[in-house]
Amino acid sequence: MTVTGIIFSNIHDSNVFELTRVRSLGSVPFGGKYRLVDFALSNMVNSNISDIKIITHYNYHSLMDHIGTGKDWDLARRSGGVHFLPPFITAYANNINTLYNTRLEALKSVNYSISSFQSDYVVLSDCDVICNVDLNDMINDHIENGADITIAVKKFNVSRERAKHLVLAKSDESGRLIDVSAYPTDFEGEADVDLNIVVISRKYLQEIVMDAMAHGYTSFSRDVLQKNLKFRNYRVYRYDGFFAGISSFGDYFSTNMSLLEDKEFYKQIFENSERPVLTKVRNSPPTYYGEHSFVRNSLIADGCVIEGSVENSILFRGVKVGRDSVIMNSILFQDTYTGENVTLQYVVTDKNVVVRDGVSLSGHCTMPIYVDKGRMI
Amino acid sequence: MFKKKECIAMLLAGGQGSRLYALTDKTAKPAVPFGGKYRIIDFPMSNCINSGIDTVGVLTQYQPLVLNEYIGKGEPWDLDRSSGGVMVLPPYQGKGGAEWYKGTANAICQNLRFIERYDPDYVIILSGDHIYKMDYSKMLSEHKKNNADCTIAVLSVPMDQASRFGILNTDADLRITEFEEKPAHPKSNKASMGIYIFSTKVLKEYLLADEADPTSSNDFGKNIIPKMLSDGKRMFAYQFEGYWKDVGTIQSLWEANMDLLGKNPLFDLYDRSWRIYFRHNADPPQRTGEKATVINSMITEGCDTNGYVENSVLSSGVTVEEGATVKDSVIMSGVKICKGAWVEYAVIDHDTVIGENAVVGSPFADTEKPLVIGAELNIKPNFKIDGGLMVDGQKLDELEKEGK
Repeated sequence: MTVTGIIFSNIHDSNVFELTRVRSLGSVPFGGKYRLVDFALSNMVNSNISDIKIITHYNYHSLMDHIGTGKDWDLARRSGGVHFLPPFITAYANNINTLYNTRLEALKSVNYSISSFQSDYVVLSDCDVICNVDLNDMINDHIENGADITIAVKKFNVSRERAKHLVLAKSDESGRLIDVSAYPTDFEGEADVDLNIVVISRKYLQEIVMDAMAHGYTSFSRDVLQKNLKFRNYRVYRYDGFFAGISSFGDYFSTNMSLLEDKEFYKQIFENSERPVLTKVRNSPPTYYGEHSFVRNSLIADGCVIEGSVENSILFRGVKVGRDSVIMNSILFQDTYTGENVTLQYVVTDKNVVVRDGVSLSGHCTMPIYVDKGRMI
Repeated sequence: MFKKKECIAMLLAGGQGSRLYALTDKTAKPAVPFGGKYRIIDFPMSNCINSGIDTVGVLTQYQPLVLNEYIGKGEPWDLDRSSGGVMVLPPYQGKGGAEWYKGTANAICQNLRFIERYDPDYVIILSGDHIYKMDYSKMLSEHKKNNADCTIAVLSVPMDQASRFGILNTDADLRITEFEEKPAHPKSNKASMGIYIFSTKVLKEYLLADEADPTSSNDFGKNIIPKMLSDGKRMFAYQFEGYWKDVGTIQSLWEANMDLLGKNPLFDLYDRSWRIYFRHNADPPQRTGEKATVINSMITEGCDTNGYVENSVLSSGVTVEEGATVKDSVIMSGVKICKGAWVEYAVIDHDTVIGENAVVGSPFADTEKPLVIGAELNIKPNFKIDGGLMVDGQKLDELEKEGK
């Protein structure tokens, strides 16, 4: 059995427009040393999927920089490995915007590659899937039940506001999908939420893409799932581990913070020696805690130098915290530099931000301040 | 396939490191962990790649498994090349029989064919027991400028310590006039760092002559260098400025780790212009908990710190539980220090567990040497181990019997 993985790296960019101004959602930093794509990639690699395509849209230079040759995920292979699939646009189509908006359109735009797949099955995954899942279990479930499509779902109690960003699945006791509601505006309560991880046979995927091209279909949930669920064996795979997607900046902030608050969440994601989360290697030295440092309840990557105080915060690689500075409830991306006597409270600083001596910044837990890449304050 | 190289490196990594006792029970000295996430060999390897040397032969002999695994294809140092790169060179059986590497010179001599493949003009001989950052390309350009046959890197040491080193006496142009191994009355403070650049032709000539001499102990310091000097070859010293430490003993290994700490550390790992590369573990970021206090210490990814840590270096995946204390210590990867345990002035090897309320080590001022506890041991709760001891599995059994 051979499996190809497909990762959509841009699909939910607009959810966290602050962070995706200079990058794709896949390369949004998360959890101290990771990029969101690392979770989707690691899930695939740890499930022995070694032929992975990353579908890109725009702004994917930082993602390419992150993935490199794929070596750090053991994906620098002669056969298989990791490949980028940028949208296929001919030189003569400049007058029409052929860039995709949805997952199905994305698949259509890379039909040049999909039509040549040879594997038995394909796993499709979004890049905001923060979880540590054994995909083999899902693929086996798909095969055993003779399914045409299997979508991963998890039961959540969703708010009305949140439901607008989600696809909700209804299934019968046997796990057969009986209804799909996409982005409902008036739902709240308990529901099986589509996690945007899908298993499908390669031949059926090719058929769907060809069909969508011929009929101008654009939505996977409406034009494929909803339309055919009476005639086809579509199934749900119930995942009961920890899972987080990113539907807004507030969501992004609180999911990061839950790594500090929820020990079980951290444990399930990071303390599985069979399935480590892999990321780009940066060769940072260990983190140095100075004579006057005070660090409590924080997640800290390597290469930091901490002279001040850090509490309930996440520090990415190479962050410097100066003397008498206080960092609380904040997320500081790679190489953020804070001088002396700085106070940061509910702040997210993007890469290479410099906060000069004496500066004070304070957001609120419902509205963290975002400081964009390279800014000097 | 084998492109000509100007200079290749031969790294002597066969050392047993017997003075590191329990730390080298199952590992060759160059593979001993250092500074939280490095191993000793990372320093010469990184120096090579940072100096533009992309062909490195690593001569292994003692307990090579961990070292071989660690070097792998050489990708952490960008030494996975189709031409050159890193190559592990163990002793082998030849037509005339099998032989161990008898000495440093013999090890190189047995691998002359490796050197010849790249037809280098110069060969730099390095050893895998030193912690330092050095630009070998500067030394090579001095070697070329002097039209030397051999250049030896030297470090100025305090005069009162000079008698512990191999001392080079030179003229004003740094041409070496005399070499004295551990002289009782040193005439200079220029200590050899065990780093040699040879012009290949001269090196080959002397290695082959040395092999033919049955009385020789086949060592660079004892045989080759003195012979070349007495033959009047052009030999120069290259003055090195900066941090250099031989970590051949427990004491010096502990000291070198401590030299990484402080506001202005003696040895700076944070210098991005001269990165030290290492083989990476997939560890999550470190967690520093609600009850943690960390002062003047270096902590690595994968650690979970919730106790008191002062003046210490923690490798990846170390757990320090609530109420535990770690002072003036070097803790290798995967060690677990349970609740209420006290660790002071100690070097603890990988995956050892220090049980609840156990007390190991004694204050820095009280013992001459740090306590060493070997790998994968289990120190029982409430157990007490005095400072300065060398504890491996056998010693631990003895201590436990005494305790009862």
